[in-house]
Amino acid sequence: MSSPYILLKDLTLAYGDMVAVPKLNFSCDKGELIALLGPSGCGKTTTMRSIAGLLAPQSGQIYIDGKDVTNVPANKREIGLMFQSYALFPHLSGFENVAFGLRIKKLPEAEIVEKTNKGLDTVGLLHLANRKPSEMSGGQQQRLALARSMVMEPKVLLLDEPLSNLDARLRLEMRAELQRVQRETGITMIFVTHDQSEALALADRIVLMKDGLIEQIGTPDELYNKPTSVFAADFLGFENIFEVSNNVIIGDAGKMSLDFKSESGHLAWRPSGVKIGQGKYKAVVKSVAFAGERREYVLDAEIGVIMADVSAQKKSYKIGESLAFDLPKSEAHFIEQAS
Amino acid sequence: MTEKWTSRLILGLTLIFLIGPFLIIIIAGLSAGQSLAFPPDGISLKWYLKVFEIESFRDSFILSMALAIFGTLIALALGVPAAYALNRYEIPYAETIKTIVAAPIIVPGIIVGLALLRYLVLPIGLTVTLALFFAHTALVLPYAVRVVSSSMTNLRSDMEEAAVLLGCTRLSAFFKVVLPNIKGGVLAAFILGFVTSFNQVPVSLFLSGPGVRTLPIDMLAYMEITYDPSVAALSALLAFLSVGIVFLAEKFLGFSRYV
Repeated sequence: MSSPYILLKDLTLAYGDMVAVPKLNFSCDKGELIALLGPSGCGKTTTMRSIAGLLAPQSGQIYIDGKDVTNVPANKREIGLMFQSYALFPHLSGFENVAFGLRIKKLPEAEIVEKTNKGLDTVGLLHLANRKPSEMSGGQQQRLALARSMVMEPKVLLLDEPLSNLDARLRLEMRAELQRVQRETGITMIFVTHDQSEALALADRIVLMKDGLIEQIGTPDELYNKPTSVFAADFLGFENIFEVSNNVIIGDAGKMSLDFKSESGHLAWRPSGVKIGQGKYKAVVKSVAFAGERREYVLDAEIGVIMADVSAQKKSYKIGESLAFDLPKSEAHFIEQAS
Repeated sequence: MTEKWTSRLILGLTLIFLIGPFLIIIIAGLSAGQSLAFPPDGISLKWYLKVFEIESFRDSFILSMALAIFGTLIALALGVPAAYALNRYEIPYAETIKTIVAAPIIVPGIIVGLALLRYLVLPIGLTVTLALFFAHTALVLPYAVRVVSSSMTNLRSDMEEAAVLLGCTRLSAFFKVVLPNIKGGVLAAFILGFVTSFNQVPVSLFLSGPGVRTLPIDMLAYMEITYDPSVAALSALLAFLSVGIVFLAEKFLGFSRYV
């Protein structure tokens, strides 16, 4: 087993007296695509900034490719960062933006031109080389920022919310673009996102963070299907999570007995796992929203609010109507964690 | 209809009030007579030509130019880093510092001049030229900080971080990324500082000494002895110079954005 490509060891990050990330430990292999996922304020951006060298850790070490880079300044660390705002240089043309780092390196002019043109070509912007960033669309600006980082051949490429500023169609394009760049160059990428669907779609492995701590690490499959904590389940779309004790569901509003046996802990159902129209439980429709192929119901049940999401082909219910529903065993996900 | 004519009347009166004195000076300088008067006694260009023959005007013009150019350059050398620091870092008492920096434009010039004379020039025997130079730098500094600050507020700090990650040091990131993006503001500050310094009267009045006078002070002194139209002619020429500079600045820089 070879040593990990990136290793964060007991990394503690703080702003003044406020500790944002206490004793983080994490490692990944070369060529992996890692997502740092979590709500805002969970420390994911802070962690990314410290890997880049923009934030000095209070304690702990950062190793990249076997070397301790904790005290290596950001401009010598050879790490690329694609900022959420892209942080392009507005006074320079597309070409000069991409050539910027190569010029700092003082490469021969011919090499700068060759590498820059190749970089622009890779992201499909060669024809816009003379345009200023302000004359480009959001998607083009982002690809320019990607090219600017990639021509430096960084050891690691960090991306801050790479898809969140784009509209739905561009998001799909950019996602494909990032996957292609990663596949072609084999570069190690770490991206930060608050959007679980982005992380699931793009990452090889997801690091779910909460309050500066790692909540769970796993493949998208593992996180989606087997969240190990209430927080992880909630963040990954299990919107109905209830404490269970002695085969009784204990909700905010009241209790309900389960019709199957369960250990004590928590049980979680996705909205799509809730069956309505039949079953042993009763509820009143609090609200309903039509979402094209599906209808999203908010139900008022004995145990509290239930979110249900059913095919729009099925019988629809109006607000105030009472209905029967079921929380089937086959759709239930058990979480050992007690409250 | 009456409303439209009322607003036109107000506009006309305002323009007369603002531009009228300027026109009177231009016309008074065109006089063919011997003393400053309006309306002038006949028309000639002789006073406009005479201005260039008066030696003390030439000396004081050079001094005023030098003070305006170098005073403003030094004020910018101090003001740009100050504006940067005030914008970028959470400096304790930043508001207080901004107020102190602005003090020379809030405190009346007479007081600044007197204070500099009484506590700087007289006790340590500073030469008149050097005292003028310090005073003009101090007077221009507030404009430098303010104008450069306003051009910096929209500049995001992640641009500098991007430059650093591409290999720049913090310092070279400033020169390669920050400065090119605020150069309009810096030029605007330079022009504003130049004009402020060049037209400065009250502070210079206290600090001017024998043989060392800025142009406005020299004109004042000249008028006390010789009441001829050359001063009007010179004023008109200076006004054209200022208007020309500001016009060019507006045309090429969009000056009014920064001030």
